Amino acid sequence: MSEQNLFEQQRANRRRSAVLVVVFVGFFVWVGFGGDLAYYLFTVDAPPRAYHHTIPWIGIVATLIGIGMAWVAWRGGPKQVLWATGAWQLIEPSTPEEQQLVNVVEEMAIASGLPKPKIWIVPDDDPNAFATGITVTDSHIAVTEGLLKALNRDELQAVVAHEMAHVRNEDVKLMTLLAALVGVIALMSDGALRMMRFGSLSGGGRSRGGGGGKKGGAGGLAVVVVVLWLITLIVAPLISRLLALGVSRDREFLADATAAQFTRNPGALAAALRKIEDAAAPTKAIKQGTAHLCIADPLGRRLNDKRGFLANAFATHPPMAVRIARLKAMAYQQDRTGALPEGI
Amino acid sequence: MGSLVFLIIVVAVIFWAVSAYNTLIRMKGETLNAWKQIDVQLKRRHDLIPNLVEAVKGAMGFERETLEAVIQARNQAVKIQADASPTGGVQALAGAEAALGAALSRLNVVVERYPDLKATSNVGQLQEELTSTENRVAFARQLYNDTATGYNIKQQQFPWNLIAGFARAEQVELWEITDEKEREVPQVDLSMKPKE
Repeated sequence: MSEQNLFEQQRANRRRSAVLVVVFVGFFVWVGFGGDLAYYLFTVDAPPRAYHHTIPWIGIVATLIGIGMAWVAWRGGPKQVLWATGAWQLIEPSTPEEQQLVNVVEEMAIASGLPKPKIWIVPDDDPNAFATGITVTDSHIAVTEGLLKALNRDELQAVVAHEMAHVRNEDVKLMTLLAALVGVIALMSDGALRMMRFGSLSGGGRSRGGGGGKKGGAGGLAVVVVVLWLITLIVAPLISRLLALGVSRDREFLADATAAQFTRNPGALAAALRKIEDAAAPTKAIKQGTAHLCIADPLGRRLNDKRGFLANAFATHPPMAVRIARLKAMAYQQDRTGALPEGI
Repeated sequence: MGSLVFLIIVVAVIFWAVSAYNTLIRMKGETLNAWKQIDVQLKRRHDLIPNLVEAVKGAMGFERETLEAVIQARNQAVKIQADASPTGGVQALAGAEAALGAALSRLNVVVERYPDLKATSNVGQLQEELTSTENRVAFARQLYNDTATGYNIKQQQFPWNLIAGFARAEQVELWEITDEKEREVPQVDLSMKPKE
């Protein structure tokens, strides 16, 4: 970790995010179609007249629900998020601070080579900021009033760069999809477990009798599959949430690194994070659903400071101290070599 | 069998050549686009200067030389900008813009000496605009240099260099200051780090 430069860190983060998404999709496929497989194995030896489960209905229905939820999140997500925070759009700057914000956002749009995002101001005194918008051409950056008051120009620029990095790295798209997947898995797990309980109460005796008559063969495999599937269903909501949080933390590190690449000033972001951290009050206007796109956890949870397996696994953001340490290391490297390493 | 293998190889090579050609064309487009971005920001900078000079002129009548140096450097830069493009004149423009930047920072130092002038909201506003413009130029330059470096390296690397001629890829100039005087920024080192 210590010898990684900026671009290597960025590449490494991208790889890890890609692996996590693949794991997520694989997990989803298993939860969706594993039940079908078990049901198929149970019914394959049944008499010709009895029901044979050959079409994977459970998986198909789950996939359709998943696509539907992702689509809804996709269409309405960004607007809903902004609406929920009570943010207002900054179109004509009227104070020097607002003018500075507009300038800084335009500067970062140039540095990132992206179209200028729309700017929103959240009426909240706690310093925080977030980005939303599914595509790079329709992106939104929101900052709180507290942020404008607390930070100097360089630090504001660094925070805006971090949000632009979320836009450039298409984190909103990724996190929206992951949130939808987590939702679907929770829904499926809940529904399937209810059905199981209902099934074992009403028809349990009959099916156990049928299975006992035909020992071995597909029956044994079916039991293994169904047990594995049930275990998965029970732990799925927790694990999928942990996976999504893992992706979220990776994207934060990546956004920090990309922001440093935009501003060539990692020290300013470290200073801004320190100031945001010191104002420990929760950002009331920003809801937990948006946490993964904020510069810092809006709940102001001390969880993010603690190191340790559990604290790390449940946080949307990496520990602040680690983020600041990494940025300081980048600043030191820049200081020593005269520039952040060139070239992708 | 042999001819089939040969055919597959030929098709693969053609596919590769087409995609390499398209990659080079895309990178050329990105480089030109990044250059256009610099152009836009420089124009903004050049347009801002007369306003700034106008705003401070009244209060600083006796700092004539500083103001004239700024205007002269600005006019020089405008002239050079007119016929600069990625394949020629980038370094001349970089030199002229650096000279303008130096003149502007001298002006800024002078403005700091007139607290009354700074208190006038108009000048304060212009100073923020100037800071922002300097940043925009710097970031546009950064984007251009990164994009152009990638383009330059790609068209030299084997095997893309075989296609570079077809795609009319040429080496582009980076935005660098070659003037020795500009490079000589006085270095103050208080860190007491051992020299390497």
